[in-house]
Amino acid sequence: MPTEATRELDADEAQPQGEAYLRIDSLWKAFGEFIALRDISLSISEGEFVCFLGPSGCGKTTLLRAIAGLDIQSRGSIEQAGKDISNLPPAERDFGIVFQSYALFPNLTIEKNISFGLENAGLSKAAISARVTELLELVGLPDQGKKYPAQLSGGQQQRIALARAIAMSPGLLLLDEPLSALDAKVRVHLRHEVKELQRKLGITTIMVTHDQEEALSMADRIVVMNHGVIEQIGTPTDIYREPATLFVADFIGEMNKLMAIAGGPGMVTIGQKDFNSGGGDFPPGSEVIAAVRPEDIIPHGPGARSDGAPDDITEPGNAFETTIKEMEFLGSFWRARLVSAALGDAELIADFSINAVRRMQLSVNMDIVIEIPSNRLKVFTRPAGE
Amino acid sequence: MLQLKKLALTAIAGLFVANSVAAAELTVYTAVEAEDLKRYAEEFNKAHPDIKINWVRDSTGIITAKLLAEKNNPQADVIWGLAATSLLLMKSEGMLEPYAPKGVENLDKKFIDKSTPPTWTGMDAWVASVCFNTVEAEKLGLKAPKTWKDLTKPEYKGHVIMPNPNSSGTGFLDVSSWLQMFGEEGGWQYMDALHENIARYTHSGSKPCKLAAAGEIPIGVSFAFRGAKSKADGAPLEIIVPEEGVGWDMEATAIVAGTDNLDAAKTLVDWSITKEANEMYNTGYAVVAYPGVAKPVKFFPDNLLEKMIDNDFEFAANNRKAILEEWQKRYDSKSEAKS
Amino acid sequence: MSVTTPDSLPNERPVKLKLGRDDLMMRGFILVIALYLIITLAFPLYAMLSKAFSTFQFDLSQIEFQVSDESGKFDGTILSAAALNEQLNAIPEDEMATSSDGRLSLTPLFPDFSFRSPVLYKIRGTTEDVVYLIGSDRVSGTDWREVDSNTFRRIVLRPVQSFGLSNFTTYFSTPSLFRSIENSLFISIVSTIVTVSLAFAFAYALSRSCMRLKGVFRLIAMAPILVPSLLPGIALVYLFGIQGMLKEGMMGESIYGPYGIVLGSIFFTFPHAFIIITTALAISDARLYEAAVSLRASPWKTFWTVTIPGARYGLISAAFVVFNLVITDFGLPKVIGGQYNMLAVDIYKQVIGQQNFEMGAVVSVVLLMPAFIAFAVDRQVQKKQVALLSARSVVFEPNPDRKFDRICFTYCSLVAIFIVGILGVCQFAALIKFWPYDLSLSLKNYNFDVMDGGGWEAYGNSIKLGLLTAFFGTIVVFIGAYMVDKTRSFRAGRGLFQFLAMLPMAIPGMVLGLAYIFFFNDPNNPLNAIYGTMAILVIVTITHFYTVSHLTAVTALKQMDGEFESVASSLKQPFYKLFTRVTVPVCMPAILDIAIYLFVNAMTTVSAVVFLYSTDTALASIAVLNMDDAGDVAPAAAMGMMIFYTNAAARIIHLAVSKGILKRTQAWRLR
Ligand SMILES: Nc1ncnc2c1ncn2[C@@H]1O[C@H](COP(=O)(O)OP(=O)(O)O)[C@@H](O)[C@H]1O
Ligand SMILES: [Mg+2]
Repeated sequence: MPTEATRELDADEAQPQGEAYLRIDSLWKAFGEFIALRDISLSISEGEFVCFLGPSGCGKTTLLRAIAGLDIQSRGSIEQAGKDISNLPPAERDFGIVFQSYALFPNLTIEKNISFGLENAGLSKAAISARVTELLELVGLPDQGKKYPAQLSGGQQQRIALARAIAMSPGLLLLDEPLSALDAKVRVHLRHEVKELQRKLGITTIMVTHDQEEALSMADRIVVMNHGVIEQIGTPTDIYREPATLFVADFIGEMNKLMAIAGGPGMVTIGQKDFNSGGGDFPPGSEVIAAVRPEDIIPHGPGARSDGAPDDITEPGNAFETTIKEMEFLGSFWRARLVSAALGDAELIADFSINAVRRMQLSVNMDIVIEIPSNRLKVFTRPAGE
Repeated sequence: MLQLKKLALTAIAGLFVANSVAAAELTVYTAVEAEDLKRYAEEFNKAHPDIKINWVRDSTGIITAKLLAEKNNPQADVIWGLAATSLLLMKSEGMLEPYAPKGVENLDKKFIDKSTPPTWTGMDAWVASVCFNTVEAEKLGLKAPKTWKDLTKPEYKGHVIMPNPNSSGTGFLDVSSWLQMFGEEGGWQYMDALHENIARYTHSGSKPCKLAAAGEIPIGVSFAFRGAKSKADGAPLEIIVPEEGVGWDMEATAIVAGTDNLDAAKTLVDWSITKEANEMYNTGYAVVAYPGVAKPVKFFPDNLLEKMIDNDFEFAANNRKAILEEWQKRYDSKSEAKS
Repeated sequence: MSVTTPDSLPNERPVKLKLGRDDLMMRGFILVIALYLIITLAFPLYAMLSKAFSTFQFDLSQIEFQVSDESGKFDGTILSAAALNEQLNAIPEDEMATSSDGRLSLTPLFPDFSFRSPVLYKIRGTTEDVVYLIGSDRVSGTDWREVDSNTFRRIVLRPVQSFGLSNFTTYFSTPSLFRSIENSLFISIVSTIVTVSLAFAFAYALSRSCMRLKGVFRLIAMAPILVPSLLPGIALVYLFGIQGMLKEGMMGESIYGPYGIVLGSIFFTFPHAFIIITTALAISDARLYEAAVSLRASPWKTFWTVTIPGARYGLISAAFVVFNLVITDFGLPKVIGGQYNMLAVDIYKQVIGQQNFEMGAVVSVVLLMPAFIAFAVDRQVQKKQVALLSARSVVFEPNPDRKFDRICFTYCSLVAIFIVGILGVCQFAALIKFWPYDLSLSLKNYNFDVMDGGGWEAYGNSIKLGLLTAFFGTIVVFIGAYMVDKTRSFRAGRGLFQFLAMLPMAIPGMVLGLAYIFFFNDPNNPLNAIYGTMAILVIVTITHFYTVSHLTAVTALKQMDGEFESVASSLKQPFYKLFTRVTVPVCMPAILDIAIYLFVNAMTTVSAVVFLYSTDTALASIAVLNMDDAGDVAPAAAMGMMIFYTNAAARIIHLAVSKGILKRTQAWRLR
């Protein structure tokens, strides 16, 4: 499943450059006996757009609320712009926030909603009015100011919530699932706009989402969380291409997970076949899981290459014969279910481009040779019970 | 210098005191009928315009409960118009200021507390009677009873209502008068028999008469004053004074011990026993404390005075609890069996 | 990565929240309102409990005698009363326990006593604080007093105060008092069964049929809420009393007693049961009915397998609410109970009739038991019902069915006639000159000023009480609910507050009122000054009706977005700006509901205020009670109907104001 996020980015974007704007150190949060966040450490640099990504209930909102001071952490410290804000009440911190529910004040007009925070900041009436107009233009709703929130669509309300959050030019913008209450179409559209706005304003932004596409398409960096711990921090490409854990590999994008046994250095055995793999130092003989993304599986055979060049197998050791069991057209590509005697009873999912399918005339029950590039074959410890 | 300061302070204090005397306010607790209160205050203020009365009025039981509840923190300055039996309770709690009002010697001795100086003085008497609805009785073929003993006759079964002595002063005065007239044993025997005829016991003392007036019951044991009023309202009532004699209580006046306004309180109590005051009481009550004042009251039975028993208030007060307990044991639980 | 993380919080010092200005202010508010509830609820109840355990005992060791011979000479022998009694056992141990009003005659200690005898007696106390009476004169101290035999007869000993359980022993060994428990339970259970059945049928007819006049029926069903609970008692006297218009209907039975109490209870508890059951029926799922129909289940079977189980929590809840209302009600049994003793009336009788405050407190404690149990069960059921409610269901839309609709219509008409009839009879009685002898119309029964109860001033006071209660009560309740809902952390404070806010529901009004006497009338209490003022009436009424108001406020607040506070603080705005600009306007309908609820209840309550009003603050509802008590039944009915019209008018104004405000401030609700 190739997405636009697979664009290459500089590797050094994975770590913040220079002095961190927000630094979280060994942060814990417990609700009674239940520990919602464990030992979270994280730095975010100024102007960065960071997404907290993870399944529902993993602690993303809890972390965001700790940063905002809405639910204070049990242990650990938070520093913003060089200042220790660990135990400050929200009103003494510097952030704007947008919730999934928008939390627009229903009885105030759009204008009053946006100016709610501006009113006693020492601004003149005219200045406030000018700022409101400016913000409304910024979010693309210049003449909706006199309406009430209920008279706007969900997407419009979301933009107003955004305008209200940035009205006082906070140093940090916090977004908690801002788009998940919207229709799919609107959502995709708004992703763009929010990202644009953030880029324009250069405001450091943290967005919580459980939608990987959203995270991959918007974030400069993604913090993948699970069960209250950070699984991986990295650029979207990193996260996608080099998942650090099985969880990340599994959670983001599609992934074939195959039972395997570690061989020598860089070697892994799936079924009866040995493969070269992209690293992972496991004692030989230990039980592991080998993982490969469907779109990384390369088909070989007549017509495999679009330029008509000879179809060379780059790593013959990682190629083997399979049978196509099933094919499914998914719009922009074909998804095939493959079985191979070499792999035992394991099945493989592979995504082939429409062109490749046409050129190679792939069809069900056809036998083809496929190759798994060694640097795309990831090996992870096998969790107990699998 | 210091001397001067003291002087100034005293002067200021004096000013305040003088002021408060000039316009004294008295909190007066009373159980006098609501419609009479305004008149009482007006009459009093004719003589003493400088003293303002703040009435706290309620039924006898409630005012008594209130006074006892406030025992350690009295709110009242004067009690004007509360049953003597209640005042005896206050007296035994040491709540009343002994004081012989000017001219107390003019009153009928019956109406003065036995202690010297007396702690309370009576105003008027409040006499038990039987209210008999002639219309309803005729429908039922009942003859008018002449004596208390008549009321125990089988023909009256279910046609008599009396107040519950546990909640009504009138009820208690009936019971204590029977015990005094018929002796302890005879009294209870009488009540046993009467109980067989009682339809129910009411909470308040005036209600039996009002019920009789409204025809809810032909015979209501109540007090004469109430009966006369209902009769004046047009009820077909006959007010019967049973021949054996009738119990009575008096409305009385006393100063509450510890009052801040002792002088004003004394002024009020002095006035409350004057001839004028007694004439005022006479508009509602046929029997008043000042001999020779009373004129007959409309609709009041004329033989009332002679039938009043020689009431032993002390007996009533000191045995009240025991009597009520006995009464409750005998009738309150037994009567349940009916329903 | 995750493998290396430890399993429990590191052993460092927990992060301590630095409290912002908002936090401090909100906590301050919680504490202030909690303090208010402690002072107006917890302390008085404590005072009452300790009163129940405050006992009075005769202590014979306090008294010593000397007895002369026939010629009046004393030989100097000092006799202790305690020792004498030990020898003779003249006064048994169980007669030593008494009440504050107890008096003990001392003559039984001298078997050959005669009041005619020339023997003289000397008596003294063993300590300075011993109190005995000679006649009704109070004597204390250790000086010898010499009296003749006739005076000695008049000497009685006063009891001393101590603490113990003897009040309870006395209570449970007094058959008539103990019988009250049985009676109260019996009446409450019967009334509960009848009311809940009737209300269920009524609510069922309204929600499941397509009959006409549903709105009218609904309105009529709610009417009894607007009058004091004792008003139906008065109407029943006019209907079924000896001179009643329908006296034949009683077939010789007396309306004064269980019949009257049950009938009246049905009247005044009907709307409460009706509201609860209507809600329960409204949330039952229409899909279940469709399923039942498609399974060809008979209507009868559908009723028992779908309707009843669906409404079961509502039915249980209604049953407990009705039970609680009946067992704690005092006005109705007082008016129509006749000889039939009930607990709530016993409290009144003990306190007002006998001035036995200790026994009043004991009965209060007894009355608290069933009320507490009913309360606890109801809370449990309510929780379950809420859970049921949140599982979204489809609303049932009834289909016309001629026969069924006609049955429903007939039934509802009968109930409506009962309710309207009761009110109509009261109004009629109020206008008759002298029932049954002079049936001409007259307004003389409205001349309240010449009657017991406080006159027109009492009516004015009631309105004042209603307005003050509505005003201050709404403010206190709503702010309290807001703070407890929105304050960050502060678990202990919020928990305490929640508990205090729920407690009033379990406290019968009589008990609360009595507790107030004990607490506020204590001269050592600095708040003593409010005793006997309008302030104490306002306070007791707010406290008495706190729980329902609080729940209304909490429900409204819960429906608001929980993140408003977070947004406001991120915008650096204080919570009170959010509160005034957003919370209050958005919750205005609920706020008005609380206000009218408090107003109506302040107008009708009798039990909470009956011990606390003073002459200056007499109330209309109390006037109804007292006028009826004094036998002025027609004026009592007249005053009762004045309360009805006032409340009805208040409701109409409330409706109009709500609509107006909604239109103005809640334009945002309309899309
Ligand atoms: N106030 C709370 N009390 C108890 N548990 C909570 C509370 N808030 C969140 N949790 C728990 O903490 C975990 C993380 O919640 P949250 O941060 O909201 O997850 P998400 O990643 O979906 O935003 C969940 O298991 C949730 O049930
Ligand atoms: Mg979340």
